[in-house]
Order: sequence, then C-alpha cells, then structure tokens
Amino acid sequence: MISPLSSETLFHIGSVAISQAVVTTWAIMAVLISGAILISRMLKPAPSTLQALFELIVDTIDSEIRNTMQAEPGPYRAFIGTLFAFIFVANWTTLIPGVAPPTARLETDAALALLVFVAVIWFGIRSGGVGGYLSTFASPSPLMIPLNLVESVTRAFSMFVRLFGNVMSGVFVIGIVLSLAGLLVPIPLMALDLLTGVVQAYIFSVLAMVFISSGLPGKPLPKTPKERTAP
Amino acid sequence: MNWLALCSIFSAAMAVSFGAIGPALAEGRAVAAAMDAIARQPESASTISRTLFVGLAMIETMAIYCLVIALLLLFANPLLK
Repeated sequence: MISPLSSETLFHIGSVAISQAVVTTWAIMAVLISGAILISRMLKPAPSTLQALFELIVDTIDSEIRNTMQAEPGPYRAFIGTLFAFIFVANWTTLIPGVAPPTARLETDAALALLVFVAVIWFGIRSGGVGGYLSTFASPSPLMIPLNLVESVTRAFSMFVRLFGNVMSGVFVIGIVLSLAGLLVPIPLMALDLLTGVVQAYIFSVLAMVFISSGLPGKPLPKTPKERTAP
Repeated sequence: MNWLALCSIFSAAMAVSFGAIGPALAEGRAVAAAMDAIARQPESASTISRTLFVGLAMIETMAIYCLVIALLLLFANPLLK
C-alpha cells in the first residue's frame, strides 16, 4: 500500500523535484486566478446571474469575518477568502478521476499553516506596531507569556495536522474500501468526503480569523450577547 | 517479522482505538449541549452552530493526532529502517 506520508515525484526542474500535489496546486491556482480576473473584468452595475452568485459568496465571507473577528472585513477579505477558496477547491479535486487533493499531502498543509502563522504576525504588527503585537503575548497577565509563545507555534502546527489528517484520512479510507470492495461501494464515503472538504475549508478559515484577531492588540473582548429576559 | 514490527502494528491499532474514545464522548457531549441551547434559543442557532463547528474541529484534532501517530508508526517508523 502506498504510504500517505510520502509523495511521488512526477518530474524534475533543475534539481527540484515536482510532485503530483504541486502540479495540482498550480492547476488550482491557474483556475482561481483566471476565474477571478475574468469575473472582475466583467463587473456591471446591474449584475448578471454569475456576478450575483459571486457577490453572494463575497458577501457571505464578509459577514463571517464581521461576526467572527468583530472587525470590518476590508483588510482580511483577500487573505481569508483566498484561503477558503483554495482549500475548498483543493478538497473537491477528488471529484476529478485520477487527481488526489493536494491538501492530502504534508507539504501543502504545512505551507498553508505557515501562511497563517506569518499572517498573524503581519496583521498584528500592521494594526498595532511591534510593541502592540508583542503586548498581546502578555494579554491576560504576564504570567501567560511562555504559554502564549508556545501556543503561537503549536496552534499553527495543529491547524496543519488537522487539515492533513482530515483530508488524508478521507482519501485513505476510500482507497482501502476500493481495494476491498468493488466499484460502487465507496460512493457514500466519497459524498461524506466532499462534506468534510467544505467543513474543513470553513474551519481552517475560521481558525485563521480567530488566530489573527487574537493577535490584534488593544482589542476589547467580544461583547457577550445581552441577557435574554424571560418572556 | 521481528517483535519491533509487531509492537508497532499493535501500538498503531491501540493508538487509534483508544484515541477515538475520548473525542467521541466529547463530541457527543458538545453536540448534545449545542442542541439543547438551540432548542432553548432558536434565534441564536447560527452563532451556536458556528461555535460548535469550530469546537468540534478542535476536539476532532485529538483523534486525528492519534491517527497521524498510527500512520507514522506504520509507514514512517524510524526504528524499522
């Protein structure tokens, strides 16, 4: 059985080995970028059906950012939206026969988690300066500094392992079932895998939002909803 | 097959089977609590389900860690090289 932890090399550019996941990633990037360029070129005041659909998607992402981060979505929309769109499309590439999702490989997920790790630092420094960002490590009390330092690394690592484990286990289970049973048996599992793909893309971007907003200095604690009076 | 490989296979199975117990119980409790809250306050269902999804992902990670440990033991075991 092929190990889910290794990746097969397709070809070499110079001395750099290019695996199948990297080629799939390039294809996804090409589709997403050309789609974004095409759609943003034909924006009209009276939207077509396609434009309305994409406006709906952007609107949903905006409202999610507003609800989760309690902030205006402007600076974060590009990063969070791209993360969600990429992971979503990458997880659903299982629909194409012969293509394994690149998120089922270690290196893609490690790169995504590293991006979030860097984004937390970047958004934190951009909104409050270096001192303001560093002060978030002592946020409840200075006693928490070592824990917060360790947490900033381990939460990125846990995001990486979470996405990898979820997507890879789906692919792996389908492979096992396909080798045991016949042609049509793994279809329910594949449907479940598609659902997991959406949920994992959502969770990855929500966690990225939570981590980014926890790195913003001087942010008041999220408002607790008003006590509901008994009717 | 030496005893090291046998131990690895056995521990991989143990890691997954016992590592799944805790997260399964925890996810059950979390979903039950969320259902209870939604039944009490249906208007806050969207907030609760968003928090529930994130919490479930956090809990599920524990089981996924065990799965990754098992796969490391089976496919990338440094002692078997």
